[in-house]
Amino acid sequence: MKRLRIMGLVLAAACCAAQADAEELTGTLRKVKETGVITIGYRDSSIPFSYLDDNQKPIGFAIDICLKIMDAVKKELKLDKLTVEFNPVTSSTRIPLLANGTIDMECGSTTNNPDRLKQVAFTNTHFLTATRFVSKKSSKLNSIEDLRGKSVASTSGTTNIRQLTEANAARNLGINIIPAKEHAESFLMVETDRAVAAVLDDILLASFAAGSKDPDAYVISTDAFSKPEPYGIMLRKDDPAFKKVADDATAALYQSPEGQMLYDKWFMQKIPPKGLNLNVPIGAELKKAFAKPSDSPDPDSYKTM
Amino acid sequence: MNYHWNWRVFWEPAPNGTGTYLDMLLSGLVLTIETAICAWIIALIFGAVIGVLRTLPSKTGSWIGFAYVEFFRNMPLLVQLFLWFFVLPEILPHSWGLWMKQMSNAPFYTAAIGIGLFMSARVAEQTRAGITSLPRGQKLAATALGLTTAQTYRYVLLPMTFRIMLPPLTSEFLSTIKNTSVAITIGLIELTAETRAMQEFSFQVFEAFTAATVLYLLVNIVVVIAMRFVERGLAIPGYITGK
Amino acid sequence: MFANFDFDVIRRSLSYLFLDGMTFTLTLTGLATFGGIVFGTLIALMRLSGYWLLGRIDGLYVDLMRSLPLVLVIFWFYFLVPYIGQWLTGSSRPVRVGAFASSLVTFTLFEAAYFAEIMRAGIQSISKGQPAAAQALGLSYSQTMRYVVLPQAFRNMLPVLLTQTIVLFQDTSLVYVLSIPDFLGAASKVAQRDGRLVEMYLFAAVVYFAISCVASFGVRRLQARIAFVH
Repeated sequence: MKRLRIMGLVLAAACCAAQADAEELTGTLRKVKETGVITIGYRDSSIPFSYLDDNQKPIGFAIDICLKIMDAVKKELKLDKLTVEFNPVTSSTRIPLLANGTIDMECGSTTNNPDRLKQVAFTNTHFLTATRFVSKKSSKLNSIEDLRGKSVASTSGTTNIRQLTEANAARNLGINIIPAKEHAESFLMVETDRAVAAVLDDILLASFAAGSKDPDAYVISTDAFSKPEPYGIMLRKDDPAFKKVADDATAALYQSPEGQMLYDKWFMQKIPPKGLNLNVPIGAELKKAFAKPSDSPDPDSYKTM
Repeated sequence: MNYHWNWRVFWEPAPNGTGTYLDMLLSGLVLTIETAICAWIIALIFGAVIGVLRTLPSKTGSWIGFAYVEFFRNMPLLVQLFLWFFVLPEILPHSWGLWMKQMSNAPFYTAAIGIGLFMSARVAEQTRAGITSLPRGQKLAATALGLTTAQTYRYVLLPMTFRIMLPPLTSEFLSTIKNTSVAITIGLIELTAETRAMQEFSFQVFEAFTAATVLYLLVNIVVVIAMRFVERGLAIPGYITGK
Repeated sequence: MFANFDFDVIRRSLSYLFLDGMTFTLTLTGLATFGGIVFGTLIALMRLSGYWLLGRIDGLYVDLMRSLPLVLVIFWFYFLVPYIGQWLTGSSRPVRVGAFASSLVTFTLFEAAYFAEIMRAGIQSISKGQPAAAQALGLSYSQTMRYVVLPQAFRNMLPVLLTQTIVLFQDTSLVYVLSIPDFLGAASKVAQRDGRLVEMYLFAAVVYFAISCVASFGVRRLQARIAFVH
């Protein structure tokens, strides 16, 4: 116990040193002002939202959005220097790590839904996607019914695995659900024939299929487990000041032409590391969500007429 | 600390339709115990054989035993499980590999065999230590009576060895139970995995992990008490067989 | 069978594997061993101090750590350490701890339980004459421990301590469950990104095997030398 106490005292000294003049800032803004560091949680393989390039540096659509939020925070707090640190997260560690302060915002492919809003907050939606499954064309699986009795992979901690679990129980499909740690692993299970299908957000499936060794071998189901649901950057709950900064920054970004350029950069042009072009034109719902930014968890609110 | 405690989460229904979250954890516990027992049986059989092999007068036997133990002791258990689960099906002929991958309960069999073989190296070492700790006179007397090597081991050395070895074997069995948690990485949904799933579905991290901790402690206590009875029954007078 | 073996993927990722992954593993092993031995010795001393309460608390700590799977302890501390930091420093929010710091705390505290038992056996194996003579010479308790008992205990148990270090080295691979980039984690990332499971996992196995083999061979030589001196 002695060791811990000493460590703790050293930590306290370090923290106090930076505490010069914290005004009435609260929550994350206060933490950033005091420490001069903001920590972004990134994903290993959520292409093209948040993933590692060849030099193991985090890049992606959501990462760029978060860097814009970081600029806004820097301006808001009138800081000369704001250090950005990156911390890897997985689907199952992102919420606990946000709550325990290891990361300040999670920039990836996290679905905004009412359940999660009990634990965290989300800023304006940056993408809409539905849960589908990918399989090899040779398996001839077209609908969710075809998955009956088979082995299906999905990533732990996602809404996808939860929807799969619930569908499995409700429709009595007897599916053997294989949980994987990361999205890349889920897709790998299909690639290596360990599972006949992988259930994930359709945009992620498209990225994996397109980037695989044999893109034509895969097909993404038209059958969906859910309606198109919104992705949002995740923030800590009960932190209205930081959320306002994030909301304002993202709204400004989406409504400006820069937002469209950013979208094109990741979805309509070649992206690292293999120069893949996903070629996913901006959908009508997402265009509407960019014109009128919203952080609503309700999929129906994004429908166009 | 902005964490919302909710101890009643255990009685809330789990999304996988099998009942409450508590049921989820208990089904994980059952799988943990099943895997541990299967692995332990494999460990005992292989471990005893290799342990005996190492004490045999033959040079090749002793070398095989040495190589076996070194092989399984110098690689982390996790790496061994990966080799069995990911690498083996890929290097076998395609149809065999496919059969292995698509077997239902593949994680269970892989975990039982992988953990079993890993622990067998340690059981082998214990067996060897046990046999060599017996007075030399035992073996000599057996030879004098005209028993073959096989008979010596079967009737004289091994029975004594196992009774002496019970305390270290108990701790190896407890190790086996703990090692089942490593199989979470190859998809075995045992207690630790179910705890993670509960944490992910319900967001109640600390409640879930506290329950898992309590369950592991309970299993530990039960095994220790049970083995204490067994040891007492099988204790050899004149030997220090307990702590 | 090995027709498709792609040695190139190993060659390309060597720098990442060793500069990032192995450095993490070895640093974690080294620091956790040091911390674990220091902390473990403290625990052993507390247990042998004769104060009943101290002995019980430490006994419980050791039993707890030894009954739980390391994977579970890794999860616990990963989520818990920032809150502990908050409690320790009295700050208004959880202290940010990175993956390395959290792993270091986990392994130090976990392995300390095992090192404590080793050191306890070591201290108890010193003949009673030693501390008695020290006391006769007028040395205080802490001086006795520092100059007479602990150096001898440490030396006697050195082979066992080093063996436990090798076990620690292998145990660090378990941080894989949190996608923390140690050597195995790094190999696994490359394997999944490039679809080369066989090559990377075999390579990782060979490296772990080589390091552990050399280390345990070294320990055996050391054991022979120490035994000779006695």
